[in-house]
Formats: sequence, structure tokens, C-alpha cells
Amino acid sequence: MSLSRREFLKSSAAASAAAAVGMSVPSELEAVANEAEGDWRWDKAACRFCGTGCGIMMATKNGKIVAVKGDPAAPVNRGLNCIKGYFNAKIMYGADRLTQPLLRVDANGNFDKKGKFAPISWKRAFDEMEVNIKKALKHGGPESVGIFASGQYTIMEGYAAQKMMKAGFRSNAFDPNARHCMASAVVGFYQTFGVDEPSGCYDDIELTDTIVAWGSNMAEMHPILWSRVTDRKLSDPDRVKVVSIQTYTHRTSDLADIEIIFSPNTDGAIWNYIAREIVMRDEAEGIIDWDFIKKHMIFAAGPVNIGYGMRRDGEKSLKEGKYTALEMETISKEMSKVVSNKEGPALEPYGYKAGDTMEHTAGTLGHWEISFEDYKKSLEPYTLEYTAAISRGNPDENMETFKEKLQALANLYIEKNRKVVSFWTMGMNQHTRGTWVNTLSYNVHFMLNKQAVPGSGAFSLTGQPSACGTAREVGTFTHRLPADMMVANPEHRKIAEHKWMVPEGTINPVGKQHIMKIHRDIEDGLIKFAWVNVCNPYQDTASATHWIKAAREMDNFIVTSDGYPGISAKVSDLILPSAMIYEKWGAYGNAERRTQHWRQQVIPVGDAMSDTWQWVELSKRFTVKDVWGEWAPSGPRTEALPSVIEQAKAMGYSEDTTMYEILFANEIAKSYKLDQNDPIQKGYDNSEGYGDSRNVVGSDGKVFKGYGFFIQKYLFEEYAAFTRGHGHDLAPFDMYHKVRGLKWPVVDGKETQWRFNAKYDPYAAKATKESGNSHAFYGTIAKALPFGDLKGVKDKDKKSLANKAKIFARPYMDAPEIPDEKYDTWLCTGRVLEHWHSGTMTMRVPELYRAVPEALCYMHPQDAEDKDLKQGGLCWVESRRGKVKARVETRGRNRPPRGLVFVPWFDEKVFINKVCLDATCPMSKQTDFKKCAVKVYKA
Amino acid sequence: MRSKTENDRRKFILRMARGAGITALGGFIWSAYVDEVTASQLILRPPGAIDEDDFLRTCIKCGLCVEACPYDTLLLAKPGDNKPLGTPYFIPRDIPCYMCPDIPCVPVCPTGALDESSVTTDGKLDINIAEMGLAVIDRETCIAFWGIQCDACYRACPILGEAITVEYSKNERTGKHAYLTPLVHADACTGCGLCEKACVTDKASIFVLPREVAMGKAGSYYIKGWDKTDEKRLEDVSSKKETTEISKEKAIDSLNSSMEDLY
Repeated sequence: MSLSRREFLKSSAAASAAAAVGMSVPSELEAVANEAEGDWRWDKAACRFCGTGCGIMMATKNGKIVAVKGDPAAPVNRGLNCIKGYFNAKIMYGADRLTQPLLRVDANGNFDKKGKFAPISWKRAFDEMEVNIKKALKHGGPESVGIFASGQYTIMEGYAAQKMMKAGFRSNAFDPNARHCMASAVVGFYQTFGVDEPSGCYDDIELTDTIVAWGSNMAEMHPILWSRVTDRKLSDPDRVKVVSIQTYTHRTSDLADIEIIFSPNTDGAIWNYIAREIVMRDEAEGIIDWDFIKKHMIFAAGPVNIGYGMRRDGEKSLKEGKYTALEMETISKEMSKVVSNKEGPALEPYGYKAGDTMEHTAGTLGHWEISFEDYKKSLEPYTLEYTAAISRGNPDENMETFKEKLQALANLYIEKNRKVVSFWTMGMNQHTRGTWVNTLSYNVHFMLNKQAVPGSGAFSLTGQPSACGTAREVGTFTHRLPADMMVANPEHRKIAEHKWMVPEGTINPVGKQHIMKIHRDIEDGLIKFAWVNVCNPYQDTASATHWIKAAREMDNFIVTSDGYPGISAKVSDLILPSAMIYEKWGAYGNAERRTQHWRQQVIPVGDAMSDTWQWVELSKRFTVKDVWGEWAPSGPRTEALPSVIEQAKAMGYSEDTTMYEILFANEIAKSYKLDQNDPIQKGYDNSEGYGDSRNVVGSDGKVFKGYGFFIQKYLFEEYAAFTRGHGHDLAPFDMYHKVRGLKWPVVDGKETQWRFNAKYDPYAAKATKESGNSHAFYGTIAKALPFGDLKGVKDKDKKSLANKAKIFARPYMDAPEIPDEKYDTWLCTGRVLEHWHSGTMTMRVPELYRAVPEALCYMHPQDAEDKDLKQGGLCWVESRRGKVKARVETRGRNRPPRGLVFVPWFDEKVFINKVCLDATCPMSKQTDFKKCAVKVYKA
Repeated sequence: MRSKTENDRRKFILRMARGAGITALGGFIWSAYVDEVTASQLILRPPGAIDEDDFLRTCIKCGLCVEACPYDTLLLAKPGDNKPLGTPYFIPRDIPCYMCPDIPCVPVCPTGALDESSVTTDGKLDINIAEMGLAVIDRETCIAFWGIQCDACYRACPILGEAITVEYSKNERTGKHAYLTPLVHADACTGCGLCEKACVTDKASIFVLPREVAMGKAGSYYIKGWDKTDEKRLEDVSSKKETTEISKEKAIDSLNSSMEDLY
């Protein structure tokens, strides 16, 4: 068969157009299209960057990825990408890619914490890790071995790390950078629904009439979703309304019908104002769907004096004076504070008034049921007057105009038959009351029966590509196990121990070492060994100077696995070169519960090996007797962790059986065969399975020839077994290689668009079979509550709330550090479209580097003038913790109101996290990177 | 039309400048200088630069503007740059003009080649009215026109929303995404080139050209009936007689000419 060039062009255009609309093409035509592609190979993958989860195709030629294209068949993006996605083909090929293990050594080649990095073998690297982990275990038990995990792990490597940490080392000092990006959303989900992750999906965009972006610059951070929002607006410009609710003007406001600039931290007050409008106007206007509420909701409250997740009195580093007097000005608020005039009215229903001293307990997740009347009482303070007075963020905006906007916002939500989607990202999550604000969003949607229905719902967008798929679903958190199980729950531990074929009692029941705690535990000298996986915690954590100093100056051993030399690598003792995304088999899960897999496209650069391989090789160094003996109380664990060695022996293991044999190379694992006749595997590398042509000398000093089985499929299937049967169901491994991702729960091969809705979610359908209810909120966490009022529990008897969700009373409260005379300006940090997180990948793509080479300090021109700062000139941004120099930008994409500056955090040269405060939501432990007080002056 | 005396004056200035070039640089460079003058059509000048012909005659190549630029944006043309020797210019893809509000390069100009009044509004320096050039977009290679969510140029624009706006249109191929494509507004674009610098394609798909190169010109004999400000163009209306091939003879001559083609 021969085709002219013109015919060929026509056929390839037809093939991609057909794929775009999901049509099938005649196989002959498809074959021609494929043939015409030449000597490169296209294969599907997921984009490396944000939580949107765009599908891409990678072209490989001569063992290198040479090009990328948007996957026309991918439902999320239909062949499109943003500019980060556009450069996926370049991200693995930065000029300074790490290619061999590096260790700090002295002149004799011995490890020396003060030494310079020198190349070493993989064997030496694992020798050092083994020695130092054993040293740490001896020092403080499992709690002394910490891992900085990631929302950018593939599902398989996150699962491998989870298994080795929790079943092997019995350590829960394991927490991802995802803690910094969506922990408040997670706790919001748990508190409201009893189960994690959104009820809706991206299809809501095409179905809704109203898009409200709360504290989210979707236009820059989720560009492909924003182009869908834009398309929705274009299809019905009069009907469709877009509202942008932000602390400063940015790109997302471009499309907005209403822009609301609010004062930092007052978003909760605005949510409560909308709820108040709903409740107070209900009697006259019949707004609330009472039938829905009675069948599906209860009202709840919790303590308000929960502090700000900072260090508390008595902690070692505080006692040792590692914090300056200036820092202590803010940290002292952790123990108590004086209720301000601003928050006084909001706190009155809870028994506090302005001027009272509020004593803080450590944050608690506890809550109790209250009556609707009490909930109503909690809303009373949020009149338009009060809300507008505390929440107006632009001092130059007319108060009446601002009030009109708030009223218009409430009316949009309330309007009968108007569908509304509320989107948010870091603004609502990185917030010292992040969990509260998240729950407040559902209140409004629930009362209007605009949640978990097509076109309506509050929807938490995710920052990272697999914060959902790996961090949350696999559970690479200190407190979690796969599929929404908790280490604190003995039943859940038992399930995991059984599936992992480890003795009952192996898993450590105390999971309190969240990511900030890991840093603080290193500073306190509890954690002696820490390993950085697929993240950059020494750049991305607030109060950064403390953690870097602890890593560099204390007696500990820090390891970083990375593709590039970022700040974390630089402050480490050992650096491991890691295979990057398309150099390994993998899978990610995006924000709409869509799981997407890809195959290894190329062999890694240099001697880099995957994180999965690194974990599995490490497991070879530890035997039953090394890790499964008794561990004395340590850190947050007040009871001994019993020895399980005898039970292990009863299971057929010996004291010398390695964790490798138990956790990774067991009989079940080996049943997953490598097979070049398997259409999924055929023609694709598998560096872990077979080794590869580089003949990398491995952890035993011999050439690594592969595990001999399909380890990635084993890890995925073992993990997926956790998810099946209770509403998290993942499809089989092979199916994901045939489709463009599926939204779980996948039941009978069908994905689920709207969870909890009996029409769409088979689990909800099952739960409502008898009641005939429209919804079942079948999550199981905290689904039996005592009863009380806004001030506390009155009746300790717990009542079951099966299949119900919760509407929470939660007040507005101030941030712990607010601008004052000395530090007179709010600092907000965030991202830019061009760069991903700490920039380790994107700052190495010349085009992206050129587009945005440095982080700027965006500020109001009047502020610049008042502070004698020049556009383009340098300024210092200084807080109680530290200062950085940045260029002043009074124009362009971000336009703060007077009194606020915005500095992005991607740029290691403008190391803004030295300035930020490590206050967190005390419930979710997520850092508030959006608020602290600074002064800005000429440099 | 220029008057004869004005033309004579210009010729004189030019001769003087060339004379200076010969004296300073010697005969050999002279030929290069002539070529480089003809190449000057595509050169981008500092803010406030007067009309290119006048600029070449007025600039004394002192380099003070180049020295004043805090970003090293401005360069002095060297032999081989293929630009009029010694004159200041910039290459936005390398270093664009960062549009300093105090425009340090302009007031230092000793000859008025950089004209302060052209970048002054209400007695205050105003870089936003500078006309260094105009950004133009190659819609074939600009990836925003492919549907990629880029608009890096828009975000880089110091006067985004005025000089560059984003146009929204539906992407019928995907059925659920929108194109967000950049559009340059000539009345606001200063030609600073921050967009060209930021453009992520291999060769920039948005780039700055001198305004006279980048822009067409509509005649002042038609005024937009829907735009009051358009009447401004009437200010330089000309009543010059225009001829076409058919009208070049006097009416009486053509009427009296041979009729052989008519029957």
C-alpha cells in the first residue's frame, strides 16, 4: 500500500482528530498513521507536573525521549498541555543531572560530615545507609529513622517505601511534602465525609453555571482546567459566572465577573457569612433543602483553642534556646493568646470575648454533634457589616462596593437551579485554620443540596501529580495505611499486617511524626537518620534556617535521592542519583481520582536508579532481628513496641530472613512474571526487572541483573487489593495500560464520576437500597459522636451517624502572626506557571528559565513609593526568622493590595522559606505559607 | 512633503556626521558604516529615541545612555554588529528593556536624540508611553494558537491587560477547552521586549520590530465613524494630488487623443 504525502498528512490528521473525540479509526488507517511516525516510538504517560493529570505521549528515539505531545485521547486535556507540560521531554536532560552516588568524605575517603562530596559506589552508599540507620535505631528506635516522602512518588515507589517503613522499620516517621499542600483538604474530607478525596470530578466544569475560585490561582497553577473553565464561560457568557476570591489580584481574576480581595485568613468568615445568609433567609425564602439535610446531615462543633501547630513549651530545642527572642514573640502564641477585637464577635458563641486570654491545648481532631439551633447561633455574628469590616482586603476599595460583592456572591450560591462549583487549592489549605475553612465550604454546598451532584460541589484541587494517587491513597503519611486506613486503628493494622505477611503487632500504632515534626525531631536530636525521597524539604519548608542548621551541624545522617542538585541534596551527607519519571514504570493519581499508568520509556541517565530499587536494595540490608525486636518508648510513643520475632518464626521466617525476602521478593511477588510476550511489557525496558544495558554495579558490588520478576506490577496489584471492596476500588494493572486512566471506585470495569450519589456511585447505590435516599456518605471515620453545644460535650454517649455527613460550626480566628508596627506587611508565597515547586526540573529547561529566571517581590506601587523602593530595584523581605533579597515588581501578573507582598518560592536564590513561619493548621499539620508578617526595605 | 530647505538641512547634518565618522574611524571603516546605516531599519533604540533618520544625525555616540542603563540592556554598536557604529540599541531576546519608571537612560542624553518630552506625561517621566518598537506575533509558531496554555508573554508584560491582552475562544477540536491567545495592542505596547525574552519557543514567536517596520498605515481620508479619537488622524491630512495610470494626462489631452481603440 502506498500513500502520497498529501494522503498521509490527511490520514494522520484524521487519526488524531478521531482520537480526540474518542472515535475508533479503521485499523488500516491507524496502521498507516503509526507507520508514518518513523523511527521514534510514541507511548502514553502522564504529565510530570501538577495535580490536573494531563495525558501525554512521549516519543523515544535512540534511548532518549525526544519529544512530547498532548494525548488527544486523554479526557482531561484532549491533546493540550500547559507550558510545563510542553517541556516534559526536556526535564530529564538538564546538564547537571546527578549520575552517581556522592558522599561527604575526608581526605582519606572516610565519611566526614564536614567533608566535600565525592563519587562513591552504590555498594558504599548502601553500606553508609545501613550503618547510619542501625545507629539511629539504636539511638531512639524506629522513631529515629525518618523519611521525607512525596506526592510525586509513583504509586509503586510510594507503596514500596510505605511497606519498608511501616512493616520493616516499624517507623511512622514517614510523611510526604503533600502534607504541605493538601493535608487540610484531607482532614476536611475526613471530618465531613469520613473518607478522603473529592466527591465530584472535572466534568463538573462543563456542567456547572458558576465557578468560584477560593484562594486559588487556577489560571497559573491548573492551566488546563482553567482553559476548561474559560470554555464553559465562553459557551454561555451571560449565564455562567466566574468569581475569584483571593488576597491579591492575579491571572485568575482576568476571567472573573466578580473579584473579591479579602484580608488574609478571613475566608472562613466569608464562608460563614454565606451560610448565615442561607440560614437566616431560609424561613422567608425556603432556601435550605431540609429533606436532604434531615436524611444526610448532622451538625457538629469542636474546640476552638487549638493553637497554631507551632512548637510548644517544653520542647527540647526551645529549652536549649535555639529560637531567638524575636521568633519567640510569635511562638509564644502557641500556648495562649489574647482574643482580638477582630475575632471577638466570632468567638462569642464559643464563650470567648475580645480581651480574654485563650489558653491553647495541642490541636485535636475531636468534635461532637450539636443542634441546628447551636449551629445557627455560631453564624449569628457574620452579618454583612461584620464580615465586610474584617474581610475587606484592599484598603482602597470602597466598603459599600465590597459589601455588594459579598452579597452577590451569597446570592449566586443561593440562587435556585444555579449550579455552583467551588474550587480551591493552597489558599484554603495552607492556613492555620485550613481544616476549618475546608469544612465550611461543604456546609454551604450541603445546605443547598449542591454537593456530590453533577455540576455542583466544593472541589479541592490538588497541587502535586500524585498527592492523591500516592500520598493519600497509598497512605505515605505518618498516620495512614493504604486505602484510608489508620495506623492508630488496631483493625486496620491487622488488615495491613495480614496483607503484608508480617506478624500481628509489627506496625507501630503511634503515627504522629508529620513532616514538620520530622524536621523538629531532627532539630531536637530524636531523628538521627533522614532520607529525602522525590521532594526538596530543605527548600520547601518554612523557618528553613532551623532545619538546614540541624541537618548540617548536628550529629545525624541525611540522605537525598534526587535527579538534580537542589538545596536538599546540598545540605545532605549522601546523595543518591535517582531515575526520573519516564525512566521507570509508574502510575500517578490526579485530583479527580483518576489513576494513570505509564511504562518505562528509556533507561536512566548515568548510574541513576529508581526510588523503588533504592528501597528494595535497602531492604536487603535488614533482617528480622535487626528491626522486629522490642523497642523502648521513644518520641511520641509512650509504650514499648513489643518484639514480634517469635511470631515471625512461627510464620516460617528466621531471625536472619531479610526484609527483602519478606516484603518484596516473596512467592507472590515472584508470581508476577517478566514476559516479553505480554503485550503490556513487550519491547519495553524494565531496569528493576531485568537490569539494563548500562550494567550498573549494584548494592552488592556486582552488576545488577534485575529481580527477575515484574516488581512494579506486583507492588501495584498488592496495593490495589487494599482498595477493592470498600469504595476505593482500583482496576487491574493491565487495564490501566489500555485506557487513559480511570476514576476510582472502578466497579465492574466502570469508573465513578460522582461519589456518594446513589445514581452514580455503586457504593452509595448499595447503601441507599432500602432508604431510597439520594446520597450515602458512607465514609467510616469519626462516624459516632457524643452530643454537646458550641462550648463542649454534654452527653458522652456516642451516636452512630452511618451514611451521614457533617456541617461544622467553626469561627473566624486571626493568624498567629499578623502585621504590626515593626513588621507591617503580609507576606504571601506561592508559585508561578513556568516553574514547578522548587524549580529543580523547570529551572534547568532553558526556555522556562529564560521566561522566569528569578522570583520577584510583587507589591503595590504605593507601598513601593512609601518605602522608597524602586521598580526593578532590590529590597529585603525580612521577618522575625530571616530575610531574603528580591527585586521589586510593582507591575505585571500579580497585583497585591497595599499592605501585602507576594514572593514565589521556586527560586533557591530568593530563598523565601527562610522568612516564612512554620505555623500549621493544628488539625492537619499543614504549614501556612500564605501568611506571616514582614518588613520590606531597600537593599 | 519635505520642503527643499529642510532637505538641504538634513543633507548637511548627514554630511557632517559622515565626515565625523571618516575622521574618527578612517577610510576602511567607511564602507562598513554605509552598509550599517542601510541595515539600521531593524534596530531597536532606547526609549525616547527620535525618528531614526534624525536620531542618526543627532546621536553623538557618547554612550551615556548605555552607561545609565541598570540592566545592561543598551549596547553601543561596534564594527561588525551591522548597525550604525557607536549608536545605542538593544536586543530584547538577550536583555529587554525593563521599563524603569525613572528612565535613567533618557535625561542623560546631551543632544536630545533621546527626547525626554516624548516620555513625559504631565511633567513626569512616563515609560509607559515610550515607543521603542512593537511586539508582533507569529501565529503559526506561537503555541498558544495551538491551544497550549502558555501566555508567558502576557504574564511577562509590565503593562499586561493593556499592551498584551488574552483573547478567549473555544477550542472546537477538544470541545471543552478554550484557546487563550495573546493579542498585542499597538497603542499601549512600548516595545520593551519582555515578552520576546519570555517566549518559550526556540525562536521567539513574539518579537519586537521598530514600529515603522511592524505597522501599516491607513490613510487619513477615511475616519472610523465609530471611534471619536480616530479623528486625530485628520491633523496631518494632506491634499496632495494623486495620479493613477489612467489619470496622469490632463483631461483635455486625453479627450483629444486618438479614438482608434474605440471603434
